[in-house]
Amino acid sequence: MAAAGNRRRSLVTAALAAPAALWLGVFLVLPFIAMLVFAFGRRAPEGGYTPAFTFEQFLNLPARSAAFLNTLMLAPAGALLCLLVAYPVAYYLAVRASPRHRLVLVSLIVVPFWTSLLVRTYAWMYILGSRGLPNLLEMIGISDVRILNTPAAVLIGIVYGYLPLMIMPIYVSLEKLDRRLLDASADLGARPMSTFFGVTLPLSMPGVMTGTALVTILLLGEYLIPQLLGGGKVFFIGNALVDLFLQSRNWPFGSAIAVTLVLVVVVVLTVAMRIAWRFAGTRRVDLV
Amino acid sequence: MGYIPCGLHFDRLLSFTVAAGGSDGVADTVTETGAHDVEFRSVSKRYGDVVAVANVDLAIPKGAFVALLGPSGCGKTTCLRMIGGFEQPSQGTVSIDGRPMNGVPPYRRPVNMVFQHYALFPHLDVEANVSYGLRQMRPRIDRREVARRTAEALELVRLGGFAGRRIHEMSGGQQQRVALARAIVNRPAVLLLDEPLAALDRKLRTAMQIELQSLQRELGITFLLVTHDQEEALSMSDLVCVMNAGQVIQMAPPQEVYDRPGTLFVADFVGKTNRLPGVVEAGGGVLRLADGRRLSVASPAPGPVTAILRPEAIGIVQGEGGHDGLPGTVTHRIFLGNSVEYAVAADGLGEMLVTVDRGGAHRLVQPGDRVTLRFSPESLLVFST
Repeated sequence: MAAAGNRRRSLVTAALAAPAALWLGVFLVLPFIAMLVFAFGRRAPEGGYTPAFTFEQFLNLPARSAAFLNTLMLAPAGALLCLLVAYPVAYYLAVRASPRHRLVLVSLIVVPFWTSLLVRTYAWMYILGSRGLPNLLEMIGISDVRILNTPAAVLIGIVYGYLPLMIMPIYVSLEKLDRRLLDASADLGARPMSTFFGVTLPLSMPGVMTGTALVTILLLGEYLIPQLLGGGKVFFIGNALVDLFLQSRNWPFGSAIAVTLVLVVVVVLTVAMRIAWRFAGTRRVDLV
Repeated sequence: MGYIPCGLHFDRLLSFTVAAGGSDGVADTVTETGAHDVEFRSVSKRYGDVVAVANVDLAIPKGAFVALLGPSGCGKTTCLRMIGGFEQPSQGTVSIDGRPMNGVPPYRRPVNMVFQHYALFPHLDVEANVSYGLRQMRPRIDRREVARRTAEALELVRLGGFAGRRIHEMSGGQQQRVALARAIVNRPAVLLLDEPLAALDRKLRTAMQIELQSLQRELGITFLLVTHDQEEALSMSDLVCVMNAGQVIQMAPPQEVYDRPGTLFVADFVGKTNRLPGVVEAGGGVLRLADGRRLSVASPAPGPVTAILRPEAIGIVQGEGGHDGLPGTVTHRIFLGNSVEYAVAADGLGEMLVTVDRGGAHRLVQPGDRVTLRFSPESLLVFST
């Protein structure tokens, strides 16, 4: 009986897991294997791929070092900026705002997220373009300001686009923070600043780590924002890949870059997780 | 001795100082007026339309162990939080050590609190929890001094070897001690304790009661404890302050609160009671019960009254006795080891609770037996209603 029950249960588990496994297998694992194979191949004269086993694609990576540099600088920088903007917002939402206010404010943050990022980023092109902000600045005497197509424009777009993703995890971790701990800290003589750095911030670290990891990882593969606001001058690996695959049809080189990007993400993720675990070790949050 | 409270006047008898009548050695450390650690002057606290604390005057003598006792929602925790600085009074003044505290934030008050459920910092180990208060001091204290005083506080609550433990690795009783150590490490003028024993099991609670008491004597600082458990209040404190509906009803040493409760509410809330409604006849001295039976009482004021009789003040005798006892039938018997509780259906008076100390040779009475309940008229507490 028990054995039959177990077999039955594992069948159900398999049936439930099958669609996801199939999906990941066909659309993630197989393409990745294909990419790995391509990365060691050569570009066919007419574009695309011819079989080979060579490291020349990887040796050629420095040719796109600008893309790597931009990505590896601007993705973490963007995530950090996001964090700096998001934390006060999340803090206000979770700790200060009255419940009724909170609902309104959360919707104000979430609702824009429902419209296309493309449209919203396109709007930023006009805001940051010569007829937008620089034009306004010129009216008050500050001329020759160029924002569009600079790293600053890309960073502004990143903060704007990814803010909700950063706010939410921090908000959640701050919201379940036990207020009595803040009372206890004040009771023991801690001024508000000390309470923040001694209690609030450490206990919201899980949210901060989650948000930062999420935004950083997504930014490493960003395409749209540098495409629109970087205008070909500030480009990420994503833009380089589109260029290689769709324009110059150099599949092997594109694959090599993509594989390298995946490796970088894995390394970044591992390091981040290590740090997160260390925090989790010494800064465990008891929920009960 | 019968007892009739003088109504309103009694409610106002709050600024209580334990003098010669005090219980034991501890009372000697409680000095005369002027040496109050905490003082409430007509303090009220309102939340919108809800009045949590209504015009309370209260004085906590220096060095005393005082219990704020009352049912949940009576305003006792609000009082404690106003002392801690987490709530500001809507009206009136709270003074600590003679200084008015209106508008003073918690971190500038010379009091520390043991929170309900302890509120220990989960991201810090035991040592860092306890030293938290010391590390907040400005000017900063030398690191070795912090370590020394932390170790001392941990030693005081007998957690010497636990400095490096995480909070979630500690049992409830140990967490309780960490909370205590954390609160006393700054040597506050007053230690506030918000239902500190509520989360512990019975055995641990009794042990902690003794420990809290000896800790208070050792430190010599004022302890102000909030509890809804009358046993806890009576067993530990020098003074019990009974609260109800945002007001202080009676403040007195535990024995007095129990033996001579100021009002019917206090009598009911502190200890078990049997209620006997009746009328004191004109001229006084005779109480006529609902069934027409007459009892002699020392109460002088005629009028409708409720007489209170403690279960342990009643003796139980098998069989129908003389005319001065109350006849009845035993309905339930609860054996408690050192004592026995009987529920007796007294003829015409309803159910009465009787606690009999087993002494050495008390013969147990069986449910169903006819018995006579005896008590001396002095043990009747009479309240006009």
